[in-house]
Amino acid sequence: MSDITKHGSGGDLAPGYLPEADVEHKLRVTDTSPTARRRAERQVAALFGLSMLMVVLFIAAYVGIDKTTTIYVPVLGEVGASNLALGLTLGLAVFCIGAGAIQWSKKLMSDVEYVQERHEMTSPAEATAEAAGNYERGKESSGFAQFKLVRRTLIGALALFPIPLVVMLRDLWTTPAGSPSPDELLKETIWAKGVRIITDPTNLPIRPEDLPVGGLVSAIPANLAEVQEAEGNLNARGKAAIILVRMDPSEIRAQQGDGWDYQGIVAYSKICTHLGCPIALYEQRTHHLLCPCHQSTFDLADAGNVVFGPAARRMPQLPITVDSEGYLVAAEAFAVPVGPSWWGVNS
Amino acid sequence: MRSVAARRRSPIVALALLLAALVAVGMGYSAVNNATSAKAAVASQSEVEHGKQLYQEGCSSCHGMQAQGTANGPSLIGVGAAAVDFQVGSGRMPLAKPGAQAVAGPTQYTEEQTAALAAYVASLAPGPAIPTAEMVDFADADVAAGGELFRVNCAQCHQAAGQGAPLTQGKFAPNLMQAEPQEIYEAMITGPQSMPVFSNQTIPVENKKEIIAFINHLQNAPSPGGMAIGELGPVTEGLFLWAAVFAALIGLAVWIGIKAR
Repeated sequence: MSDITKHGSGGDLAPGYLPEADVEHKLRVTDTSPTARRRAERQVAALFGLSMLMVVLFIAAYVGIDKTTTIYVPVLGEVGASNLALGLTLGLAVFCIGAGAIQWSKKLMSDVEYVQERHEMTSPAEATAEAAGNYERGKESSGFAQFKLVRRTLIGALALFPIPLVVMLRDLWTTPAGSPSPDELLKETIWAKGVRIITDPTNLPIRPEDLPVGGLVSAIPANLAEVQEAEGNLNARGKAAIILVRMDPSEIRAQQGDGWDYQGIVAYSKICTHLGCPIALYEQRTHHLLCPCHQSTFDLADAGNVVFGPAARRMPQLPITVDSEGYLVAAEAFAVPVGPSWWGVNS
Repeated sequence: MRSVAARRRSPIVALALLLAALVAVGMGYSAVNNATSAKAAVASQSEVEHGKQLYQEGCSSCHGMQAQGTANGPSLIGVGAAAVDFQVGSGRMPLAKPGAQAVAGPTQYTEEQTAALAAYVASLAPGPAIPTAEMVDFADADVAAGGELFRVNCAQCHQAAGQGAPLTQGKFAPNLMQAEPQEIYEAMITGPQSMPVFSNQTIPVENKKEIIAFINHLQNAPSPGGMAIGELGPVTEGLFLWAAVFAALIGLAVWIGIKAR
């Protein structure tokens, strides 16, 4: 208390009053001019009044403006009239309440500087001693130190309790006998020998002559529909998407297996080996396949090798051929897992 | 009361006269123009000859005297009339300057000359023809189906809202907001520059119409939320929030903090 009276200019004050700070106080225009004070009062009232008007306009706009109507606003362009009106009126209604309050406090409320002393950050010595005494009494009366067996079994019980939670995680890598494990599911796709290649999403079978040099097709396996019907999820589609591109056979420098192309048509997984983005961003001149997510670039003329970016392994290639009716089919399943790399999958 | 002569000098009369003159010239031009394009529908031998002459003057230095291609330009044998119409009609060819890729610009040839060049290149070997008006008439096409096709086949390069996006080494997939139906069709069947070919067997004409209808929708659909900011998605929207809205909030905080005078 002695500190306060030292800095304060007001001398002895009744308890509950804060002393004014020992700084020069500048009077505002509103402190000296009644005209300015009235003007500030009108400004604050106008802001609060505007808020009320905006609420009325909001309700009118909500009821009155058809939500499909659009209007042209410079800078914004063609916008939904309802969205614009509702947002503006509700936003201004709450903004004006806040702005009015700020203007009120700045112009009309007293702005005399005061000093407020903080109390000590530590608890008083009596309180600290009492808390320590309580702890000691509790330790004594519970017998925690006395009954060693109780103490040790309690520690053991608390240490064992989390183990069931870890055991339940076992389901993540085990499945009922006979069905593939999640780990195996990640490694295989529904592509198999003789599965027809069809266009995504129009499901057209593809003949080699349908694909000109420089051509690109986003494709899926023909058995996808039945698998999706049976499993009822999109996992199969997520793994099986491929792209077909055709280049001049003389331009193919390397493939992942001998004769995996069909007359210059090569099939590669559409799923980036970095983080699994679908990629069909194929430049037909350079034969580069670019992932838009992190710019991993694969050279489809050179066995799908990574030429740039964070992908850790080359794009898996699907060996293809034609069936007896002349449509493109998978010659074998994928030889390596598709999609992002994980433990044990890095080639 | 003013005289007639005084009224004639009014700026509104001058404006009306100017408008009338513009309309007259425009109608006259389109009449002549229609006549030429009707003629261009049939590629006559003389047109091929004319095209060959234009080709040898303007194109052969890069594409070779026999259109066989040189180190500076690809072969044009078998690219078809559609490729010529796309490249020359959009001003990408003749190449204005060397760079990562040819960019669209003002056309260097008249429609008649472009048609002649196309006829000449088409006469070299069979290739994709310029689509007829019926082939790009998307009036009855399913826009939603076109959206699905666009997202599978086009969005990876041209961006989900057709705003265009970068490729490698300074190349880019152009913005589609000004693309005409015929241009879109020609680009799909010819695969200009980095773009792959989307043949009529893997994407039939009906599906191409749906894609064109979807692009037309992208070009014309209003933005109900307002302020699409390039329709580039979270990147520009986030940047706008962090830059503009935070600046406004800081401004308000400063206003609250300043002492009134």
